Amino acid sequence: MYYRQTMKELVSLGLRSIGIVTIISFFMGAVITLQTAYNTENPIYPTYLIGLGARDSIILEFSSTIVALILAGKVGSNIASEIGTMRVTEQIDALELMGINSASYIILPKVVATVIFNPFLTLISIITGIIGGWIVGTSAGVITSQDYIYGIQYAFIPYYITYSLIKTVFFAFIISTVSAHQGYHVEGGSLEVGRASTKAVVYSSVTILLFNVILTQLLLS
Amino acid sequence: MIRAEHISKSFGDRRVLTDISAVFEPGKTNLIIGKSGSGKTVFLKCLVGLLDVDEGEIYYNDVPFTRLDFRGKKELRQKMGMLFQGSALFDSMTVEENVRFPLDMFTGMSYPEKLDRVNFCLDRVNIVNSNRLFPSELSGGMKKRVAIARAIALKPRFLFCDEPNSGLDPKTSIVIDELIREITVELNMTTIVNTHDMNSVMENGEKIIFIEEGEKCWEGNRNEILKSDCSKLNDFVFANSLARQLKDSSK
Repeated sequence: MYYRQTMKELVSLGLRSIGIVTIISFFMGAVITLQTAYNTENPIYPTYLIGLGARDSIILEFSSTIVALILAGKVGSNIASEIGTMRVTEQIDALELMGINSASYIILPKVVATVIFNPFLTLISIITGIIGGWIVGTSAGVITSQDYIYGIQYAFIPYYITYSLIKTVFFAFIISTVSAHQGYHVEGGSLEVGRASTKAVVYSSVTILLFNVILTQLLLS
Repeated sequence: MIRAEHISKSFGDRRVLTDISAVFEPGKTNLIIGKSGSGKTVFLKCLVGLLDVDEGEIYYNDVPFTRLDFRGKKELRQKMGMLFQGSALFDSMTVEENVRFPLDMFTGMSYPEKLDRVNFCLDRVNIVNSNRLFPSELSGGMKKRVAIARAIALKPRFLFCDEPNSGLDPKTSIVIDELIREITVELNMTTIVNTHDMNSVMENGEKIIFIEEGEKCWEGNRNEILKSDCSKLNDFVFANSLARQLKDSSK
């Protein structure tokens, strides 16, 4: 039963986030490439550095932290409002009355699903962001295709991917647990469910930003 | 049989239940009546263990429920079914999945066996050809009936109903009342119903407890309620002129 519930959450919280992550990452990569290009307009700098700059920005920060903040909005509010509604409509009481540990039945599959799937979303985001930068950068004429491809391969440090994925796992745990906590402890009606949903997004976003600093210091120093 | 002895419950400084004792017998529909905010839902939640009592003991067939550990309570709860005020069906599941849920969680039955049981329960509450519907596609009365089907899926020994008629029209209310009465007798369950619906009181009241401001004020049955001298009970039961005329004519 828990396995089936986890699979359901993987689809609901993971697979259904691929679309928004792809769209945002594509445009994010495009804008990063254009901004890097316009800010490094100097004959001293080789143009392939635009590709390098875009790659490192996407891997180190955008695909982990910014995507996590976006998912805090989408997945976090979803979790808080779903669990909050279950609380105010006595569905959680119904589970408890059947002798089921409601927290473990409702929350655990969501935590497991986000922790498992969000690293894949980060990888999708990295790939899409770099492709977005390439397409828009070459279309706008700020960099040649050859330079961009050379740049994204230049001085590549594989540990940056590991760093990004470690951050993603922490952020996924923060999003699911903070939001679930807000939803699970709702008291009242639909107004309180809405408030819990807002709180879930705000609290998980702030916690993500705080942990971003801590993890960066721990993992990159 | 369920026996509650000297139950008291407070939320902070606010005392909600004071020294309530009652015995609920099997095969009977036991009613808890009282005004909104009188403490009857809190009493029901204490009985099923959704709220912990501050003082007193609750016995299920002489098993001291209040003193059981988590595992003991979990085992006993598999013998309980509850119909919540808002039905509390799981939104993300179909009618069939809702009724099958307790069977999935607590039995080793095969899928065909579970399906047979689900269809039997749904048939018993007169829900047909609705297995694939979601709760949002059902009427209020249908939701209540599906919730009853889910509550009886594991053949419980104890059934609790929190205001089963709230939000229903008088005719559907009577259908739900009849259903609760019939399955109580069929399964020889100890059924406790929280209500302030006077139709239910007169139809189902084999044993009635009246709670006012967290205290038990009166105990009896539907015949005795018409002749009671308890002024608080009379104020509640005969609140409208039609009911007062009925009382006067019964004298």
